[in-house]
Amino acid sequence: MNNKGFAKHYYFMLLPGYVWLIMFSIVPMFGVLIAFQDYQPVRGVFRSEWIGLENFEYMFALNDSKMIFFNTIFIALMKMAAHLIVPVIFALMLNELRAAIFKRWVQTIVYLPHFLSWVILSGIIMDVFSFTGPVNNMLSIFHMDPILFMGKPELFPYLVVGSDVWKEFGFNTIIYLAALTGINPSLYEAAALDGANRWHRLRHITVPGIAPTALLLLILSLGNVLNAGFDQIFNLYNPLVYSTGDIIDTWVYREGLLKLQYGLATSVGLLKSVVGFILITLSYYLANRFTNYRIF
Amino acid sequence: MIRETSAASKIFDLTLIIVLVAISLLCILPIWYTLMVSLSQKSAAAAGIVSVWPKGFNLNSYQQIMKDAMFFNSFWVSVQRVGLGAVISFAVTVLMAYPLSKSTKDFRLRNVLMWVLVFMMLFSGGLIPLYQTVKAYGLIDSVWVLVLSGGLPMFNVILVMNFFRNLPKELEESAFVDGAGPWYTLIKLIIPLSVPVLATVTLFSIVGHWNEFFSGLVFMTKPDNYPLQTYIQQMVVQMDLTSISNDPEALKRLNELSNQTLNAAKIFIAMIPILVIYPFLQRFFVHGITLGSVKE
Repeated sequence: MNNKGFAKHYYFMLLPGYVWLIMFSIVPMFGVLIAFQDYQPVRGVFRSEWIGLENFEYMFALNDSKMIFFNTIFIALMKMAAHLIVPVIFALMLNELRAAIFKRWVQTIVYLPHFLSWVILSGIIMDVFSFTGPVNNMLSIFHMDPILFMGKPELFPYLVVGSDVWKEFGFNTIIYLAALTGINPSLYEAAALDGANRWHRLRHITVPGIAPTALLLLILSLGNVLNAGFDQIFNLYNPLVYSTGDIIDTWVYREGLLKLQYGLATSVGLLKSVVGFILITLSYYLANRFTNYRIF
Repeated sequence: MIRETSAASKIFDLTLIIVLVAISLLCILPIWYTLMVSLSQKSAAAAGIVSVWPKGFNLNSYQQIMKDAMFFNSFWVSVQRVGLGAVISFAVTVLMAYPLSKSTKDFRLRNVLMWVLVFMMLFSGGLIPLYQTVKAYGLIDSVWVLVLSGGLPMFNVILVMNFFRNLPKELEESAFVDGAGPWYTLIKLIIPLSVPVLATVTLFSIVGHWNEFFSGLVFMTKPDNYPLQTYIQQMVVQMDLTSISNDPEALKRLNELSNQTLNAAKIFIAMIPILVIYPFLQRFFVHGITLGSVKE
């Protein structure tokens, strides 16, 4: 075939995308050099003093850094576990439902929060959990004292995980529902003929049918161990809950852009990027190895 | 179809319906509550006696927003951003996905370019280097930074690319035999065949641009240039964070002082565009997520 001349058209098509990539992804990559500098904005990258790994040493000496790494991993691991369990159970419940119209209604409602931003949702959550809000009103019915939910460090991580599950569990069931439609219906009929009741069929056909999907999603979520969800926490937290709610990304924002410690904040961000990159690469490798998953 | 008529099975069905109704209410009630607060009297909202229906129905909050020039300004910034962002990411996504969907036989550098893209997707320089770069380009306070700083929509590119690869090769080859070039084939053949996946990624980029608040916060120095989500983040959510000390009493006072009904109305208006496109979203996303997955 005489497609030889097409390559130059292909390059031309790729040009706008790669210009975008170079300008906003590749050029900023060189900015990570300031992680190894005593960076002064007036001097710029080229004339700031090189200090080697001093920023990293300083970072590990800080008490803050232990706290933010612990908070990040703690919240992220809890989210991983919750996002694995809740959508599976919910998908199984929807699957057992016989009334199709009711099922569609439920789906329409539970998918909605996924599409609303954390700015909007945290505004709503703060209202609902406020001192005079509906949750505290409910507690007062049981003669409990009102709780200042947004100012309690011991509650904050659970509030974060709970609200994230609330936002995403519906949307996360989609992939399981897709896997459920892939199960051959004749398996159920054969099992019923052999005397399997509803519970037996759920336990021995449905659950094994979606187990590979659950495994794949678990492996892929490994890459998120250092992502506790910046948008969410940034909009929900306040100084009262920094001790349990401050994560790497929120700390980098405050120290770097608000307190102008560019070098230090960049080194923390760089460390996070490197560890995240290794974890994601590892998770894709494992996913390919165990479930033959490929992204492209 | 298997029919279960045992009493245990019927009780199970009923329990299931009750639980699913409860879960659906849990998802929709916080949003409904916000609407009700926005329609209630200020004093009723502050006292926390608004429940499922508004207390002292009025539209004062919405009338007040009508006079708020800054709110409309932000709304307009968001509209511009969504328009530009959706058009640009559509064009770039299609133009990148097409050449990258070719095999190395037809496009020799395809794999190299693909690996660059994937590496950049997984590794980033972090927040501060990006900020420095944008500043160096002189894009601070420009609407373009909102459109471009998020970087190339690489997930969309991969999704669309995988879809293109699954189209029958023979169609394209017969177009080439008839003398069509790559541009003509892409526009007249490939794009019309890919409407579902293109609609999906476009809707996703509209939602993404509408919901994003952080680049507005970081790259805009004047509140006049804030997109709506950033405006709400600053005027509604952040109010609770910046002005408080580490004193639970102060946090409580602020809760009572803040104009709950007005804030609720702002939050609700920011949700409306999402609610309007939600039916379209729902039609496409369930299908769209699995459309671009790799089939072997």
